[in-house]
Amino acid sequence: MKTYNNKAWWFVLPVILSVAFSAIVPLMTVVNYSVQDILGPDQSVFVGMEWFREVMRDEDLHGALARQLWFSLAVLSIEIPLGIGVALTMPAQGWRASLSLVLVALPLLIPWNVVGTIWQIFGRGDIGLMGKLINDAGISYNYTGDSWDAWLTVLLMDVWHWTPLVVLLCYAGLRAIPDAYYQAAKIDGASRFAVFRFIQLPKMRNVLMIAVLLRFMDSFMIYTEPFVLTGGGPGNATTFLSQYLTQKAVGQFDLGPAAAFSLIYFLIILLFSFVLYNWMQRVGTGDKT
Amino acid sequence: MARIELAGLAHSYKANPSEPSDYALRPMEMTWNDGGAYALLGPSGCGKTTLLNIISGLVRPSQGKVLFDGKDITNLPTESRNIAQVFQFPVIYDTMTVGENLAFPLKNRGWKTADINKRVAHIAEILELTPDLKNRASGLTADAKQKISLGRGLVRPDVAAVLFDEPLTVIDPHLKWLLRRKLKEIHHELKLSLIYVTHDQIEALTFADKVVVMTDGEVVQIGTAQELFEAPAHTFVGYFIGNPGMNLLPCGYSADGVRIAGVSEFLPPRRGLRMGEGSLKLGIRPEFVECVAQGTADSLPARVISARNMGTHWLVDCQLGEYRVACKQRTLHSVAAGDAVGVRLPDERILYYVNERRVA
Amino acid sequence: MRLELQGVSARVGAHTHLYPTSVSLMAGAINVLLGPTLAGKTTLMRLMAGLDRPTEGKIFADGVDVTGVPVRERHLAMVYQQFINYPSLSVFENIASPLRIAGKLSEGDIRKKVHEMAERLHISNYLDRSPAALSGGQQQRTALARALIKDAGLLLLDEPLVNLDYKLREELRRELTDLFASGGTTVVYATTEPLEALQLGGQTLLMHEGRVLQHGSTLSVFNAPSSLQAARTFSDPPINLMNAHINAQGVADLGHGLSMPLSERQRAKATNHNQVVLGVRAHSLRLSSQGNDFAVGATVDLSEISGSETYVHLHRGELSLVAQLTGVHTLDIGATTTVYFLPEDLFIFSTGGALLCAPDSTGV
Repeated sequence: MKTYNNKAWWFVLPVILSVAFSAIVPLMTVVNYSVQDILGPDQSVFVGMEWFREVMRDEDLHGALARQLWFSLAVLSIEIPLGIGVALTMPAQGWRASLSLVLVALPLLIPWNVVGTIWQIFGRGDIGLMGKLINDAGISYNYTGDSWDAWLTVLLMDVWHWTPLVVLLCYAGLRAIPDAYYQAAKIDGASRFAVFRFIQLPKMRNVLMIAVLLRFMDSFMIYTEPFVLTGGGPGNATTFLSQYLTQKAVGQFDLGPAAAFSLIYFLIILLFSFVLYNWMQRVGTGDKT
Repeated sequence: MARIELAGLAHSYKANPSEPSDYALRPMEMTWNDGGAYALLGPSGCGKTTLLNIISGLVRPSQGKVLFDGKDITNLPTESRNIAQVFQFPVIYDTMTVGENLAFPLKNRGWKTADINKRVAHIAEILELTPDLKNRASGLTADAKQKISLGRGLVRPDVAAVLFDEPLTVIDPHLKWLLRRKLKEIHHELKLSLIYVTHDQIEALTFADKVVVMTDGEVVQIGTAQELFEAPAHTFVGYFIGNPGMNLLPCGYSADGVRIAGVSEFLPPRRGLRMGEGSLKLGIRPEFVECVAQGTADSLPARVISARNMGTHWLVDCQLGEYRVACKQRTLHSVAAGDAVGVRLPDERILYYVNERRVA
Repeated sequence: MRLELQGVSARVGAHTHLYPTSVSLMAGAINVLLGPTLAGKTTLMRLMAGLDRPTEGKIFADGVDVTGVPVRERHLAMVYQQFINYPSLSVFENIASPLRIAGKLSEGDIRKKVHEMAERLHISNYLDRSPAALSGGQQQRTALARALIKDAGLLLLDEPLVNLDYKLREELRRELTDLFASGGTTVVYATTEPLEALQLGGQTLLMHEGRVLQHGSTLSVFNAPSSLQAARTFSDPPINLMNAHINAQGVADLGHGLSMPLSERQRAKATNHNQVVLGVRAHSLRLSSQGNDFAVGATVDLSEISGSETYVHLHRGELSLVAQLTGVHTLDIGATTTVYFLPEDLFIFSTGGALLCAPDSTGV
C-alpha cells in the first residue's frame, strides 16, 4: 500500500552486485561441483547424487561429526553459564564499568590463528607457562600426545576466546532491565538468588537466545584455532568437521565429495539453528504450541 | 499504617545549594495522618516523584528527616521500611502465575503455606483477580497487571504505607475510572496510608482526602478538593486546578480603593488588604464570573473577544480593562465577538493575592 | 486547499482499515477527525497526506487528481503525537528548515519569519537550544512552528497533544484555536477526546472502526448525532443509554420501576416504534429538581472530582448512569441519591441505532 518510489532500487544495486559476486556465485559453483566428477581441467562428468551417497557412507565423516557434536555441546554448557556469571559481577556504571568491559573484550580482539599460537606455546611442557606448571605439579600433561589433554586444551582455549562474547551480550541484556524491577524485588524481600531466577534470567531470554545461537553456529564451524593448536591431532582426536572437509577438498583434491559435503554441512547447521531457535522460543513463553 | 512526618526535609542534586532554584525539593515540614489518602499533584519537574522516592527510601535526602510513627527512618534502606510501591508500568514476575506473584512477598518472609493461601485468596477477591489466580501473569491486560503489582503490596498485613507513582499511565482511558474506584474501595476497606503521585487533577482530587499541590520543588497548598477549588492559597493552585484555570487580574491599590488595571470602577472594599505590599492580583474562577447585558447593575463594562459553545457550556473570553477574563456558564444570551457586555464579579467569590499568596 | 476524497479505502491483506469513504473538506476550515483508537483516523490522515496509497478511490486537491503523487511533491505540513524534530539541528534551524529547502527566500527574510513564528508560539527564548534540551511542550511547539511556517494549504495534526501533561494540553489547545483562526490553511486534526473537538469548533467527522459515521459542523453533530454509535463516539463522559418500551399512551417504560410520559413532539417522532433506546447526556443530570423534571433514585459508585466538575457514577439495578455536575460534590460510595433530568433533554434512538428525536434546541 506504500507509495511507489522506484529510485530506491538504485541505492540497493551496489549491494546486490557485491553479494552476488561474493556469495551467490561461489555457492552456485559449489552446487555445480557437488554433482560433477572432475577428471581434469576440462573434463567433468555429471554424476548426480553419487557424491552425496558416498559422503553419507564415509566412516571417517561419522567420526568427525560425532566429535564435532560433543565439542559444541561442551562449549555451550561451559560458556553460557560462565558468561552469565561474569556479566552479573560486572559493575553497571562509571569508569569501573568501562574498564571491565575493555578487559573482558580483549580476547575477542586477537586474530584467531594468533589465539591458536598463544595456546600452543602456553600448553607446552617445556617452555609453556601452563604446561610447565602442570607438569611440575606432578600431573602428566601433554596435548600433542594424549587425546584427553588435547581435547581439554582446545576446550579451554575456546572458552577463553569466546566466553567474552557471551558476557558482552548478557551484560547488555542486564542493563536493559528497568530499575523498578529491582526496587520491587527489594520491597518484596526477595533473596539475591530469587532476583536472579525471577527477574534477571527471564529478562535475559532474548540475548541468551542470540548467544546460544551464535556460539553454536561458530563452534560447529570452528577451524583455525584447533588447526593451529593441535593440527587435528593426536591422530584425528581433535579433527572436527570443517578440518575434515578441508583435508578432503584441499589435501586430497576430491572436489566433488567435498562440495557435496559442504552443502550437507550448511544444511545441518541451518536445521540445528532452526530447531534450537524454536525450542528456545517455546521454553521462554511456556506455550505448548 | 503509619503516621508519616517530614522534618526540615529538602533535597538538592548539587553539593552546596545556595539559592531556592538549586533545590529539587525545598525545605518543608509536613505530617500525614495514619490511614489517610494523600495525592501529590503538580506538573512535570515539580519534585513530586523526588518526594515519593525519599519516602520509599530510593533516594536519600540531602537535608532533614523522615519519621514513621515517630521513628527516624531516614537512613533505613527500602526493604526495611515496610512500604509497598506501585510504579508507572506494571512490575510483575513474568514466569510466575498470578497466585504465585501475590504469594511471593509472604513466601520470602517465611509464612506457612496455608496462611499464604488464605491471605492471597482474600486480597485476590478484593482486587477481583480470583478467576485468574492460576493463569500466567504475563498474559494479562495492563490493568490486571497493575492490580497484581498493587496486590503484592497489599498482601503484607503490616505494610505501613502504599506509594503510587502515576500508576494509571498505561491504563486504557475508559478503564481508568474503574481502577480509581477500586483504589477508593481498598482505601475504605483496608484503611491504609496511601500516597499517590500524579499530574492529573481528576486522579488526585478523586482519590485523595487531601491533595498536596506542588510546583518547582515547593509545596504550595495542602487541602481537600473543595478547599483547593474554592479557596486556593496560591495563584498556582488557582491556575492548576479547574478547567479552565482561575482568572488572575492585576490590580492597583490606591488610597481610594482597589481597581482592576484599566477599569475605572472601584471594587467593593475588603478587609485585610494593605497598600504597597507587592503585586496585587484579583482571582476569580470562570465558573463564578457572569456575562450579562451591558449596563446591568453591579457589572463592569467589557468587550467580547470570543464566545464558544462547548456543547455542555459556553466559554466567553472578554476584554476587561487591560486584561482578559474568561467566563464559563451553562447558558448565554446571544453574543458575538466585538459586542459590548457587562461582567459581574460576585464579591463573595473574589480572592486577593499579594505576591502570589492569598491575603483576603 | 480544498481536499476531496472519492470512494477512498485502505485494505491491508484481509484487514480493512478504512471502508470506502467520500469526504469533502471545506477550504480554510478546521476539520476534526474524532473517534476512539483504531477508528481509522491515522489511516485517513496518511491517505490525505499521500504517505500511503489508497486501495481504491481518488483524491483531489483543488480539483487536481493527486492520488499517485508522492508526498514530497504535495503542499502540506504534518505534526505527530511524538514530538518529532530534527535532533541534530537547533530550534532555529528546525523552524527554518522548510524555508531553506524551498530555497526561495533570502537569509534575512528567513531569519525574520523564524523569529515571528517563534514569537507566536512562545519559544523565542529557546531558539539556540537543541530539541533534546527542551520539555515536551516546548518540543511540540517547535514541531508546530516548523509546520506552520510552511504556510501550506493543508495542515495535518495527528493527536498532537496526547503525550503532554494535563494542564499543558489545555493551554496549547487554547493557543491552537487562536493560531488556526488566523490562517487560510485547511486544518485536519485527529483526536480521541470529544472535548477537544468542541473546543476547536469547525467541522467534525465522527469515525468508528474504519467508517465515517457523520460529518457536519461540530455543534450540529454534537446536538444531533445521527446514530447511537455517533452519540456514543461524541460524548465524554459516555452518554447514558436506557432501553425503553413505549406503550399506547405514550409512556416510556424503562424497567427498574421507572416510567415517564413523553411529550407530544417526542411521541410524534417515535410513532411505529414501541421499543426504543433513550439517551440523556451526563451534563443534563442534576442533583436538584427544577420542577417538571424526571427523578431517578440511584446508588453512588464513585464521584470523580476534577475541580470545575464532578462526575458521579451511579447505578440502579443493572442500569448504569454518569452525571456531570458543576463544582465539587463529595458523595460517598454506596450512598443513595436522586438525579433529575428534564424530559425534553432526551435523545430517542430506534433499536437499530437511528436517531428519531433530539432535544428541541437543535430543531431536529
